[in-house]
Amino acid sequence: MANTDKNSYTIIFAIAMVLIVGSLLAFVSSSLKPTIQVNEKFEKQQNILYAMGVNENVEGDGAAIFVATDKVEAEFSKYIKKQLVIQNGEIKSDTAAYLIDLKSELNKDKNERRLPLFVGEKENKDYYIIPLYGKGLWDAIWGFVAVDENFVVQGVYFDHKGETPGLGANIKQRYFMDDFTGEEIMQGTKYAGITVAKGNNDPLNERKGDNKVDALAGATITGNGVTAMINSTVKLYVPYLKEIKI
Amino acid sequence: MAILSKKEQGLLLDPLTDNNPITIQVLGICSALAITAQLKASIVMAISVIFVLAAGNVVISLMRNIIPSKIRIIVQLVVVAALVIIVDQILHAFAYELSKTLSVFVGLIITNCIIMGRFEAFALGNGPWQSFLDGVGNAAGYGFILVIVGFFRELLGSGTLLGFQVLGDPIAKTGLYAIGYENNGFMLLSPMALIVLGIIIWVQRSRNSALIEEN
Repeated sequence: MANTDKNSYTIIFAIAMVLIVGSLLAFVSSSLKPTIQVNEKFEKQQNILYAMGVNENVEGDGAAIFVATDKVEAEFSKYIKKQLVIQNGEIKSDTAAYLIDLKSELNKDKNERRLPLFVGEKENKDYYIIPLYGKGLWDAIWGFVAVDENFVVQGVYFDHKGETPGLGANIKQRYFMDDFTGEEIMQGTKYAGITVAKGNNDPLNERKGDNKVDALAGATITGNGVTAMINSTVKLYVPYLKEIKI
Repeated sequence: MAILSKKEQGLLLDPLTDNNPITIQVLGICSALAITAQLKASIVMAISVIFVLAAGNVVISLMRNIIPSKIRIIVQLVVVAALVIIVDQILHAFAYELSKTLSVFVGLIITNCIIMGRFEAFALGNGPWQSFLDGVGNAAGYGFILVIVGFFRELLGSGTLLGFQVLGDPIAKTGLYAIGYENNGFMLLSPMALIVLGIIIWVQRSRNSALIEEN
């Protein structure tokens, strides 16, 4: 056995280890990438459909259930009748709009920003689905909000990367997401957004016109993140929504 | 006849009780505080750690004679990080739903001091089979405590177990809530994990006085 305490051995071992582990990880990552991308694509479609109410939620049961992955592509083309991209004041049609990464678009200069927007139709009713991206307590949060032509929320979907289980992570629970349905994002003609409010004292969310939903106990910063995310992202779309619906 | 010798049984079973990594060695507290607000998260974390610690212990044990002692901690870190990332990637590709639940834990597993502790204290000096048993035993002991803490925190904090409302509906005031019971939101915050853990340690030591240190 070689002397494992020698400096030269230590250095050679370290270099070999880095090379072996590095190439192993690179190999795993690149060979699995196509499969992972397909999964992510389906998930995005599921999220968009979920926001407009195309999901397999069971009445009385608290779990949020997507349409099945094997059906999602067919359902997506059935319900989403237009995919739009807003850039520099112009609205264009783009069938790959749902693949746009909102995070990087929001970081871009105003003129180069491409904002995706989806128009869905279900039972002769139009849904305008807006993607959201923001920051929670620990990491990114994102989602989709569907509004009708009167700017009344028809459904939302939220997800997060690493919020605390049992607290902030509950933004993707139905009891939180369902509260948004029926809320308005405008107050009169002015944009008001929706606030995740502490002390709202309306646990069953009976007051729909107040632009407020009940916060989650113990998840103040995640809740504020949701408020900020809705306010900053939806705001970008409001002028165009007025244009599209006419 | 025994499949496992007495020593091997001890490796597997001692960490569950009298040599528990959390309650006796007080390792892995950080992740025990972070993820025990829900029972489901505790169970998922316990299973993940069993897998990672057993596999990591075996790998380190196989490499124990060639690892240069000066950089052994870094080598251990690389092994556990690579292991966790590979598993995460595979889950991402073939079990996407599951991977979304687990991805929160990936960072927590790498930094779990039980894992580095067992590599350092056991796998570096013992053979692969014993290291495997030691890994499974310690991770199970860790997971066992995690599940107990998670059980009480979710039950008393949210009134649910694995997401089911076992005590009735707090908003519609049914079940226990009808007679004035309220959830204790404090149970969901990290300090209560420490207090629950303290109670477990107290119960364990009062039942077995051999565990109490001499002053």
